Amino acid sequence: MYKGGKIITSLIIFVAFLTFPFFYNMGKANAGPDNLVANTKITANLQCVESTEYMKANHMQLLNQWRQAYVRDGQTEYTNSQGKTFDVNLNTCIECHATGATSHAVGLSNPAVKNVGVSNSSVNTSDQFCVSCHNYASVEPTCWSCHSGPGEATK
Amino acid sequence: MLEKALTGSKKYWAWIIFLLLVIAVGFMAYLRQFSYGLGLTGMSRDVSWGLYIAQFTFLVGVAASAVMLVTPYYLHDFKKFGKMVIFGEFLAVSAVIMCILFIFVDVGQPMRILNVLLYPQLHSVMFYDMCVLCGYLAINIVVGWTSLGAERKGIPTPKWVKPLIYLSVPWAFSIHTVTAFLYAGLPGRHFWLTAIMAARFLASAFAAGPSLLIILLLIVRKVSDFDPDPPGVGAIQSLVKIIRYAMIANVFFYICEVFTAFYSNVPDEMAAFKYVFVGLDGHTSLVPFMWTATFLAFLGIGLLVFPTRKNKVLLPIALLSIFFANWIDKGVVLIIAGFVPNSFGRVTEYFPTSNEISIVLGVYAIGFLLLTVLYKVAISVREEKAQ
Amino acid sequence: MSINRRQFLRRAGIVTALGLSGSVAVTGLRGKIVEAAAEAGYKTSSQALNAKHWAMVVDMSKFKTEDDFKKVAQSCVSIHNIPDFGNPKDEIKWIWEDDYEHTFSGGDNEYLTDSFKELPFVVMCNHCENPPCVKACPTGATFKKPDGIVDMDYHRCIGCRFCMGACPFGARSFNYRDPRPFIKKIDPDFPTRTPGVVEKCTFCVERLAKGQMPACVEASNGGLIFGDLDDPNSEVRKIVSTKYTIRRKTELGTQPSVYYLVGGGDHA
Repeated sequence: MYKGGKIITSLIIFVAFLTFPFFYNMGKANAGPDNLVANTKITANLQCVESTEYMKANHMQLLNQWRQAYVRDGQTEYTNSQGKTFDVNLNTCIECHATGATSHAVGLSNPAVKNVGVSNSSVNTSDQFCVSCHNYASVEPTCWSCHSGPGEATK
Repeated sequence: MLEKALTGSKKYWAWIIFLLLVIAVGFMAYLRQFSYGLGLTGMSRDVSWGLYIAQFTFLVGVAASAVMLVTPYYLHDFKKFGKMVIFGEFLAVSAVIMCILFIFVDVGQPMRILNVLLYPQLHSVMFYDMCVLCGYLAINIVVGWTSLGAERKGIPTPKWVKPLIYLSVPWAFSIHTVTAFLYAGLPGRHFWLTAIMAARFLASAFAAGPSLLIILLLIVRKVSDFDPDPPGVGAIQSLVKIIRYAMIANVFFYICEVFTAFYSNVPDEMAAFKYVFVGLDGHTSLVPFMWTATFLAFLGIGLLVFPTRKNKVLLPIALLSIFFANWIDKGVVLIIAGFVPNSFGRVTEYFPTSNEISIVLGVYAIGFLLLTVLYKVAISVREEKAQ
Repeated sequence: MSINRRQFLRRAGIVTALGLSGSVAVTGLRGKIVEAAAEAGYKTSSQALNAKHWAMVVDMSKFKTEDDFKKVAQSCVSIHNIPDFGNPKDEIKWIWEDDYEHTFSGGDNEYLTDSFKELPFVVMCNHCENPPCVKACPTGATFKKPDGIVDMDYHRCIGCRFCMGACPFGARSFNYRDPRPFIKKIDPDFPTRTPGVVEKCTFCVERLAKGQMPACVEASNGGLIFGDLDDPNSEVRKIVSTKYTIRRKTELGTQPSVYYLVGGGDHA
């Protein structure tokens, strides 16, 4: 192979770069979503906006639709498939999906500012509902940089 | 052909490394800006566009100027420009990429920039600006690279390139007209609200762009074996003619603007011109820039009008004067003075920060790096052919 | 292997294209929303206030001193989480006041009475009928609603600041830095904004949706009158059609919806 030595070496370095995230995070991934019920503030109104199955698959799309409806179309009420009406608002979610003590708290700054004192900044150590799944799926939605969420989720 | 940029003299590599260092500094500065916000620049609530957009505006003009080579050569069979056209096209590529980068560093939420294409608003001039800039970039890359590749192989350029070249002529006019329309359509900014904004933009572009191109070609002549204007051809002098009349037109348009503003005596019309020429309410930060530009403009025109233009020393001086006169006018004064006075008749001045200037230099370095690489490829191909 | 570069790139391209389309074919197109919510629907609240053309009248007879204005500004600042950076460069303001000479075009008149010269004119976004900012916005992040309000979608804004250049009234502010540390007390019922987006007064769309008047109107004690200009029985319509009102920079044709009541009867 012409210049084979350089090519093979560069390829090895390239593969090392590519797989770096896997090696760096090995052993640091969390166990997965758990304690979901414990991390929900159970109120009398136990029913979520839609069924659990639906929300598991589609909560992001639903949030996008809510955002479009509220901000751009001025529609503030959502009637779900069972005919129940909800306020189109993040607070509707936070009412239940917030760990008991702090239901609403002052949010922290833009996620561009990294967490202090956490060795792996992509692992959010909060016990809030959203965080347990999002950590596992390595998803960092930027909602809380503007919206006031439940206390710890915004870290 | 890109491998031709990987071989070069020690000076070549020293230049490349210098550019990479400037880019690295600019990049670190950008990371700071990305995490803190645009507050790290000198922009404010009143002066909401600054150096970044000003450089973008100037460079769109430089990019459009390639048409001044393409039109005579392809549309009017003016063969003298034959060896220079590729350098004009590559300069256009480098300039448009710098434009896009300046927009990227200026925007508050760069990660959302695709929203312009995802949610197109047909009434927004900025939407069209994005489209025409990307189109012009694509045209010039394709045309330049294909024709150079064909030249290297010693075969005629493929037939499908011709229509693209013809398309690039009105397209070049359009990119700068659309950019001018960004400013000329805003009802509240009287410094910009003028019908001849697009005409001024084009005239200054056709003076500044080719001036830069000739300087670059003189450098090419010095550092390589390839001469884009061999003795006896007179291509550079022909281009100088274009620059001369474009610059005269540009200065004439400016005088028209000044006349309308001051003879009509309408305060809103005069205010910004007062700010740049004599200062407004005691604020004078742009005055030295404006008078330097004025002096350089007349110096450049004078040197090009009189037979001194044939002089080997005075020609570069004339061209640099014209280039910097236009750079100051578009790249420093025009954008900032548009915001003076503000909507409440008050003056807020703008002073770029060092972080901001680092980013500007970094983007320019990226543009020059690209230009160097593309020119090296073109020169190497031609040197190779000459053997 | 005697394959040349072009052949290699061509083969790599084909394999990549096959791989991508294959993965799409195998897993199916994502984003198919489970149709459980087929009968779901969105609607406006029955309490919402509706109009064809929301407008505001600033009754200058009610704004004589700084204090008249302060409580108006404070109501907006507190419920909208408007930060105070402490410097005019990064300043964000949705509603503020300025004097006659600076607020209105052609406002300089050296023989104007001193009392008129010092009147605090409350200024905010004019929610123009022909808003140049909406025309300029390349993403539709600022848009005109059917009820006349020029609204902001902070999710879509890319922060290009073209709207700020287009606005002839200086009504818009940009988040040059993170606002959160500079908000006195964050109201959790309204989002803050991130750095990199433009913001302005939105005639309290969120309050109108719940049947409430804009906060500044409530706090102004009759100084700000808000209503539907299209409704012949509304107070704003009655004032504008019978008394002497002025608007900012009307020669520009943007048709502002904020009127200043300066004449007629016992006014100014």
